[in-house]
Amino acid sequence: MNDATPGSLVTLAWSFGLMSLFAVGGANSAIPEIHRLAVDVNHWMSDKQFADVFAISQLSPGPNVLIVTLIGYQVAGILGAMVATLAMCGPTAVFAYFVSQLLARSGHAQWPGIVQAALVPLSIGLMSASGLVLLFASDTTWTAFLVTGSAAVLAFATRLNPLWLLVAGGLLGFAGVL
Amino acid sequence: MRPSSPQADAPIAELASASPPGLLTLFLAFAKMSLAGFGGVLVWARRAIVEQHGWMTPEEFNETFALCHFLPGPNIVNLSVVFGARFRGVPGAIAAFAGLLGPPVVIVTILAILYARFGDIEALRRTLAGVSCAAVGLLFAVIFRMMLPLLKKREPVSLALLIAVFVAVGVMRWPLPTVLLVSIPVSIGLTMLMRRRAAA
Repeated sequence: MNDATPGSLVTLAWSFGLMSLFAVGGANSAIPEIHRLAVDVNHWMSDKQFADVFAISQLSPGPNVLIVTLIGYQVAGILGAMVATLAMCGPTAVFAYFVSQLLARSGHAQWPGIVQAALVPLSIGLMSASGLVLLFASDTTWTAFLVTGSAAVLAFATRLNPLWLLVAGGLLGFAGVL
Repeated sequence: MRPSSPQADAPIAELASASPPGLLTLFLAFAKMSLAGFGGVLVWARRAIVEQHGWMTPEEFNETFALCHFLPGPNIVNLSVVFGARFRGVPGAIAAFAGLLGPPVVIVTILAILYARFGDIEALRRTLAGVSCAAVGLLFAVIFRMMLPLLKKREPVSLALLIAVFVAVGVMRWPLPTVLLVSIPVSIGLTMLMRRRAAA
């Protein structure tokens, strides 16, 4: 861990750069692919560590995509964190810039609406897959399932600030309930 | 589904009421909304851009966000680039991008260093496991909220696509690029087919 070898940096840049271009629906849709690369393919971390970095990324301010910053650090230190973040955000930022320029010129074309409608079910499917992958990585006991279920219901049915639910989960974990 | 409307519309940028922000203002505004955004920056972005600064009308913001949602990659990062570019070109895009990502990346990197050093402490592991369980619950709530309109509309084709992608990526664990290279053309084709049928 934490050896910034050129090889590991190239792997980080290539893996996240390519993936970002397929991350339809944002960071939460990309979780299964990030998990596949980090845990199954490259063995950068264990299932448990993946659940940990997911928790940290949800607890910290900023876009949720910064889970890749944590993984990059785990693989190759501070340089790895920078490379992973830029690889995940840079290519799509450039792509977004050019598409928005193109759309500004093409006026009210019909195809953006069609593409958008076509992507909605796909991105929800990907997010559901994220939920499943994270469920297997983090929920190992019945009480853990209960906490996840309660958080889901509370977040859906109330207007409670999500941060409180995360804090409550953390306290339950600290108390050794899970 | 807009019919081909005239191209003579005024450029949208001219509709914004406030004066266009400078580079430093862009950087600071995005840094601020990013640092305020625990568990998602979108709410704060809307608040700052529409309500606080009046840089966009709500409609303009929705349109820009819809565009950024259908583009690949982190939506809010896309939004920062599109927004910055609209007011200040490429330098504006870079200023907003750097403001959005710079400060939180520093914080997250510090957290990563702490985790690498103290991640083995049993109490911390237990706490993070608890946070993670709750965070997964929050994700399920978001998914269900997004799924409701599809369930209400009872579109069997959309639901079938949703389930197919879920199984391929979540259960079979097939690589994302492969799954999307097949499912995106299929979904676009079916969407066009359904619209044509609805129009007929």
